[in-house]
Amino acid sequence: MTYQPLSRDQLAARVARDIPEGSYVNLGIGLPTRIANFLDPEKEIFLHSENGLLGMGPAPAPGEEDPELINAGKEFVTLLTGGCYFHHGDSFTMMRGGHIDICVLGAFQIAANGDLANWHTGAADAIPAVGGAMDLAVGARKVFVTTDHVTKKGEPKIVERCSYPLTGVGCVDRIYTDLAVIDVTPQGLLVQEMVPGITREQLQAMTGAALQFSANCQ
Amino acid sequence: MIDKTVATAADAVAKIYDGATVMIGGFGSAGQPAELIDALIAQGARELTIVNNNAGNGDTGLAALLKARRVKKIICSFPRQSDSYEFDALYRAGEIELELVPQGNLACRIQAAGSGLGAVFTPTGYGTLLAEGKETREINGKHYVLEYPISADFALIKAQQGDRWGNLVYRKTARNFGPIMAAAAKVTIAQVSEIVPLGALDPEQVVTPGIFVQQLVAV
Repeated sequence: MTYQPLSRDQLAARVARDIPEGSYVNLGIGLPTRIANFLDPEKEIFLHSENGLLGMGPAPAPGEEDPELINAGKEFVTLLTGGCYFHHGDSFTMMRGGHIDICVLGAFQIAANGDLANWHTGAADAIPAVGGAMDLAVGARKVFVTTDHVTKKGEPKIVERCSYPLTGVGCVDRIYTDLAVIDVTPQGLLVQEMVPGITREQLQAMTGAALQFSANCQ
Repeated sequence: MIDKTVATAADAVAKIYDGATVMIGGFGSAGQPAELIDALIAQGARELTIVNNNAGNGDTGLAALLKARRVKKIICSFPRQSDSYEFDALYRAGEIELELVPQGNLACRIQAAGSGLGAVFTPTGYGTLLAEGKETREINGKHYVLEYPISADFALIKAQQGDRWGNLVYRKTARNFGPIMAAAAKVTIAQVSEIVPLGALDPEQVVTPGIFVQQLVAV
């Protein structure tokens, strides 16, 4: 059988569908940031950026960039009407204190028990940087991860046990890949959706941990 | 009459000494007190320990302080960026010490110092490399890591407006670490875009009360 993996935009749009109105949401750097482009404009969703704003809006028009209005990726952004600024203590109180409903992070690896590795390859010559990833991993009520299902070399990114240094222990709730939506449950990994045309066997072959399948995944 | 304003950035940083721990506000270049850093470079203090979210961008501000080889150690959460080449070169040459701290732990350790707490138990980093060797405790079924306060001899921060008592308001996301660093340093020096008369700042809107600020300078 043949199947088509989701494009990055399709993956971002798929995650966006699962973000309810009224949610306080932190979108990590990289693909998660793209999710903002696909949120329903009819819904009021509060985007948080850990450098100190709630109610983050889209990029400004050319010429209207303000170097003192940036997001956690140090990109120029805007503030929506009703948005606000705060200092780092308050910002991480929001994150660590369970006030953020959903965060979406990228990943190097995710383990079957929900362990996440996304900050450091562990290579001897790498300069490590962590930012707010560990705070989001432990602090958000729901941790979603977006990732390609396999690495560029074709190796599984969903594994029994992470070989890269961990960001958080047992913190991931749901994984969105370019091939499937997978919940991390106490009973293991439960596939909720697959791209059309892929078989359970094909998906399992590209996954480094045992998968279970919900009834609607045929 | 109490007047915490000083005439120049050079006057403001004059007492920073070799070996001091200096917090520098800012997230990337937003909120970075660039004029105070330039004055510190000119002043010449060496062997500094710097606390900042990052480790310098491009050639200016904190990156220029690193390039001038005034920094012995940096405590930060996110040193490696596309334009952190000054830090990267020093780090690879083994000429700067790095203490990498998750961003929220950086914030709460600074707040702990400012609040007079002995330590904090934080869930962030539990079970990771950054908690190795640290004391942990299970509280109500959740795991925490013991982290100690980060205090400083000096803090250099940037605000939008201040008055002669040191009350400050900030601008947009330039606020970031300013308020919490102000509370955590023995001597906090604020550069502001404008010094306004006492009473001009709405007391309901003051972000950093002047008790946390020892000197301010308009730049």
